[in-house]
Amino acid sequence: MIDIEKEIQKDRRAFIKNVLSGTIAGSLLMVIPAGAALDGAIPEQIPGVRGDHSPFLKNQFVFIVDVTACIGCGSCCVADKNEYNVPDGNYRTWVERYVIDDHDEVFVDCPNGGLDGYTKPRTDIPYPVRDTFFVPKLCNMCQKPSCVQVCPVGATYRTEDGFILVDKKRCVGCGYCIQACPYSARYLNPVTKTADKCTWCYHRVREGLLPTCVNVCPVHARKFGDLNDKNSEVYKLLREPHVISVLKPGMGNQPALHYLGLRREVV
Amino acid sequence: MSVAVHGDAVAAAANYIFPNDLHVHWSLMIVLYPYITGLVAGAFIVSSLYHVFHIKALKPVARFSLLFALAFLICATWPLLNHLGHPERAMSMMLTPNPTSAMAGFGYIYTAYFIVLVLEILFIFRPTVVALGQKATGFMKMLYSVLAIGSDNVSERALKLDQKIIAFLAAIGIPMACVLHGYVGFIFGGIKANPLWATPLMPLIFLLSACVSGIAGIIVTYIFLMKISGRKIDVDCVQTLIKFLWGFFILDFVFEMLEIFSHFYMATHHWHTLEALYSGPLFTSFWVAQVGVFSVIPFFVLMAMSLIKFKDSLLLFIAPIVSVMILIQVLLMRWNVVVGGQLMSKSERGATTFHPMWFEKEGILPAILIMIAPVVILWIIGKVLPFWMDDDGVETA
Repeated sequence: MIDIEKEIQKDRRAFIKNVLSGTIAGSLLMVIPAGAALDGAIPEQIPGVRGDHSPFLKNQFVFIVDVTACIGCGSCCVADKNEYNVPDGNYRTWVERYVIDDHDEVFVDCPNGGLDGYTKPRTDIPYPVRDTFFVPKLCNMCQKPSCVQVCPVGATYRTEDGFILVDKKRCVGCGYCIQACPYSARYLNPVTKTADKCTWCYHRVREGLLPTCVNVCPVHARKFGDLNDKNSEVYKLLREPHVISVLKPGMGNQPALHYLGLRREVV
Repeated sequence: MSVAVHGDAVAAAANYIFPNDLHVHWSLMIVLYPYITGLVAGAFIVSSLYHVFHIKALKPVARFSLLFALAFLICATWPLLNHLGHPERAMSMMLTPNPTSAMAGFGYIYTAYFIVLVLEILFIFRPTVVALGQKATGFMKMLYSVLAIGSDNVSERALKLDQKIIAFLAAIGIPMACVLHGYVGFIFGGIKANPLWATPLMPLIFLLSACVSGIAGIIVTYIFLMKISGRKIDVDCVQTLIKFLWGFFILDFVFEMLEIFSHFYMATHHWHTLEALYSGPLFTSFWVAQVGVFSVIPFFVLMAMSLIKFKDSLLLFIAPIVSVMILIQVLLMRWNVVVGGQLMSKSERGATTFHPMWFEKEGILPAILIMIAPVVILWIIGKVLPFWMDDDGVETA
């Protein structure tokens, strides 16, 4: 402290100059869009992706939802809605609440897609509840996607690295893909009048970042990773003898979205 | 609390629809689309019964059916364009089609069929057009000269060649009409995610109901137009049309019922959803209206009309009524398939609701306007190509 005081006394003006230039320089850094600079600022979440500018990545991405972990807080839905400005009443992702009473009757609800979180228990269950759990849903990124098959103009397509995307500049808005998706993951965006759906945050993944819903999940119920990376959690989960399934396997769509601890009541 | 009431409470509490399934995307417009193409295909079949299969009794309506088909075919794309989120990109389906899409074929099938239909009309009407062109003046003379495809040669040799071309066009027209409407059925039948649609019977049912609606449409308009213009109705023609209507309707109705029965009998997990749909939201529009009132009653009426010799006046009184009932049956069938299929959520746990509004973009008023349009177009066509005139430009009957 005494040193600083001495310094200030020595040249008060020089000190003010330094503080000012530092402030201006710092402010400028915040104002100037510096993508390259940000790359270093946000740590890479998916190893080996950042800097790969080839049209398609070599990775084999999978998404795993841990049904046993989800607490139904709705953070993922909020993050998703913010990331994509999803119009009200449409859902790129949602969280279902399952309640099973002791007469084995299954009750499912999903008010507002789970956006508000499940803060209150259901009161309309006729018998004592024997079990309850939450199931997050999103695009299944099928290896044999029905939506891609039926799109009349090829606006919905599957990239070589396994993402099903929609080109909203080509989509005619016929809604055939919405009818064809067995998982009801699609909707017609009322703003763009084109089909829309979850992309597993393709734009984030290409920057080496996790999908935003995965990023915000407080209990790590949503997992995303590369099957080619033998150190990844998803690789280990799918390789080891866990209880893992996909939704509606009988449809033959071969989803890349897997569920850990999936229950037979889930459709 | 009684068991039934408790059961209802459980059912209400257990009703779960996927959040994105609340909205019915394929609206009234997509109900009209197969309805209109069905009328086209059916009317063409009537014409072909005369031109290809030489059912002489149908001569009075053989030409009219083609014009009827054309009027509706012109409007077949309108409900689709009104439905699309981006109608300005509609041509992409033909310019850059996705070969695996069932929908991408429509533009080609529609265009090919349109060309065949127009060519057939031009050749069939050529002698009439030439005769009319000689009497006409000014713009109409020019129009008739264009419609005569630049040839006023009506010599016996030229007409023989025309007949060969007509027979060929009508012959390829039949499979094309079948493809057009069987294909529309496949658009629905190929959607595995929807258990109400996903059946190989769907194209067949669509095709048969198309034939039924087309024949019924011809009966209604033929009798109506004859009545208002004070012409004599050809009773033999109406009687023959009724017999064909009954024949096609037997097949249509039987297959519609077989389709449901197969689902019921196989009782896969899909039946659980379908059963809830048919006994719930679709109970009135399917079981009561489509099956009960507008299938069973016409079925027996048509049977009686085909097997018993009615007095002419009675036949001509009942024929349009039963035909209108059949037209409503087919419209209900389109509704129950297109809208009904979308009511059940892919959650397999519940159903949404659908109530079309009068004034929305795809609402009831636009639907009515689109159904009136072909009638207006038909009237305009009738001003140029007379419905009831023979090759020499002389009015029949």
